[in-house]
Amino acid sequence: MRISPTKFISLLFLALSVFYLYTAYNIQVFAFDENAPFNARTFPIYLGWAGIILSSLKIILPEKITTEVNHKHLDYKSIIYLIIVSLIYAAVILKIGYFISTSLFLFASYYFLGERRWGLMFILSFPFVAAFMYLLHGLLNIYLRDPFLKYIGVMG
Amino acid sequence: MIEGILIGLSTALSLTNILMVMVGCFAGTIIGMLPGLGPMTAIALMIPITYGFDPSTGLILMAGVYYGAVFGGSTSSILLNAPGIPGTVATAFDGYPMAQQGKAGKALAIAAYSSFAGGTISAIFLLVAAPSLSKVSLAFRSPDYFALMILGLTAISAFSSKGQFLKAMMMVVLGLMLATVGQDSLSDITRFTFNNMNLTDGISFVLIVMATFAMSEALTIIFRGKDPNRAAKQISLTELGSIKVNKEETIKMAKTIPRSSILGFLIGVLPGAGATIASFLAYGMERNYVNEEEKQKFGKGSVHGLSAPETANNAACSGSFVPLLTLGIPGSGTTAVMLGALLGFGIQPGPRLYQTNPEIFWSVIMSMYIGMVVLLILNLPLIPYIARILAVPRNYLIPLILFFSVTGIYLMSFNNFDIFLMIGIAVVATFLRLYDFPMPPLILAFVLGGLMEETLRRSLLISDGSPNFLWDRPITLIILLITITIVGWQIFSTFRKKN
Repeated sequence: MRISPTKFISLLFLALSVFYLYTAYNIQVFAFDENAPFNARTFPIYLGWAGIILSSLKIILPEKITTEVNHKHLDYKSIIYLIIVSLIYAAVILKIGYFISTSLFLFASYYFLGERRWGLMFILSFPFVAAFMYLLHGLLNIYLRDPFLKYIGVMG
Repeated sequence: MIEGILIGLSTALSLTNILMVMVGCFAGTIIGMLPGLGPMTAIALMIPITYGFDPSTGLILMAGVYYGAVFGGSTSSILLNAPGIPGTVATAFDGYPMAQQGKAGKALAIAAYSSFAGGTISAIFLLVAAPSLSKVSLAFRSPDYFALMILGLTAISAFSSKGQFLKAMMMVVLGLMLATVGQDSLSDITRFTFNNMNLTDGISFVLIVMATFAMSEALTIIFRGKDPNRAAKQISLTELGSIKVNKEETIKMAKTIPRSSILGFLIGVLPGAGATIASFLAYGMERNYVNEEEKQKFGKGSVHGLSAPETANNAACSGSFVPLLTLGIPGSGTTAVMLGALLGFGIQPGPRLYQTNPEIFWSVIMSMYIGMVVLLILNLPLIPYIARILAVPRNYLIPLILFFSVTGIYLMSFNNFDIFLMIGIAVVATFLRLYDFPMPPLILAFVLGGLMEETLRRSLLISDGSPNFLWDRPITLIILLITITIVGWQIFSTFRKKN
């Protein structure tokens, strides 16, 4: 039996709702609040049941409109590269600082999306990020934490 | 009211705020022109920049972006038959044929004049209606608010679901579930944090907006292999021709604008409905109003057919601010983003905003009008040049959107857990979008989640746990009956189509 992607997503949502409901019932409330008309559990419990009912209906009822997606036309390669680059960016941003990590992230993203004009790629990464940081930090007075630039004395 | 208008004018006409309206209108026009990127993304990308501003300035910038994005959407509808946002789909029906007849400049001018007139008339309605409604809404109690939020969420699901109501309702529940993560507002008990300290304060609204709109729209563009800048290149090469509108066309517009403005404003006020529905309804209504000869021109470059949706979608934009400013309940995804931004500034919109922060209330209203003037005077003649700025290749555009999204989150928390979480939510949102699970209901539910739990808590405590509060007050009952009607209509239309 072939299950449609929409029904598969609904099945995942059903599983999420069951887990959410289980967690909601296990929320620790104060003893005096246990039998109150409303406590920290009440709203999540309603939501858990709502999720179960809606996703079950979506699974049970026949699909009126089916959403067809042609996977051959989807650019999985670029999206996977972009996500990996973004995850690396998130992992190193605190360690090597905003300026270097962001500039490298932009440079790598341009590269993985097929850009090869090195000069333009450089301008739209390192000087661009520096100008943006100046706009935020210097002109708009928005604090931008960058331990590396602070260490080398560029930022106060 | 005169005093309020003067307060609003003095705030909105300060040099900084005029500059913000102009920047907002330009940025909005640029982003709105790109197919796939709408006003919500445009506003979301502006959030980090507004951190250092005072609330009025930040909101004025966002309002300018909103109008600019709607205008930008019209431009790509008229010149390319590729609407940047759903609210300008109806504009293409007659705008694009007009452009094909070599009257692109004229079509853009008609759209701009209609938008200006629609925006102006509805701004006047807003001036009159908002304070009166604020007074009325002071009579609202917790059960009424709870019912109103249920109505808003049901309505946005019905209108944004493209016939897939259950999918939209699932997104509502998901949005509400995400809103419950973190400390319970009353008891401080932590929920769904799984002992992760980073989740104790809950998931930030900016993170959700950036992930489900800015970042996931950027990923979707890559995923589907779209090239949004191709549109911009074509616009910059299009010969616009004259932007002068003759007397006959002006008379036609003058007939269409008042009725479309009223319709657009009223539709905009309704929770869940917005520019898209307003523009389609105005187009349909106009077709019924005109004589037989004019009716034949619809779809072939009719002035009425172009003017009506353009007037209505702008009027609806102003209308959608009514529930936000008077009840504190956004009626659309875009105003939900603005509500989130307001909360970020420490301002709680609602009936008391009118009294507690009159400068914000009035300056937002007045800046809408200034935004209209900016769009008409500056943006219209500059369309081909703006499009040239837009012709940034996709390979640069997408990383820059991702960069703005990550920066927005980093500026807020300075930790990388939030960035990981944002990437995770964006990936999930990208797949959900692929299968037509709409995102605006999720955002609206996330924004309203806390308030909804609060009002439900109060209602249940007052009624001692009994569900009587749902029908004790006439206002609550009427609102819930409307909600039931919407749900019933969705079920009925599902069965009707099936048969």
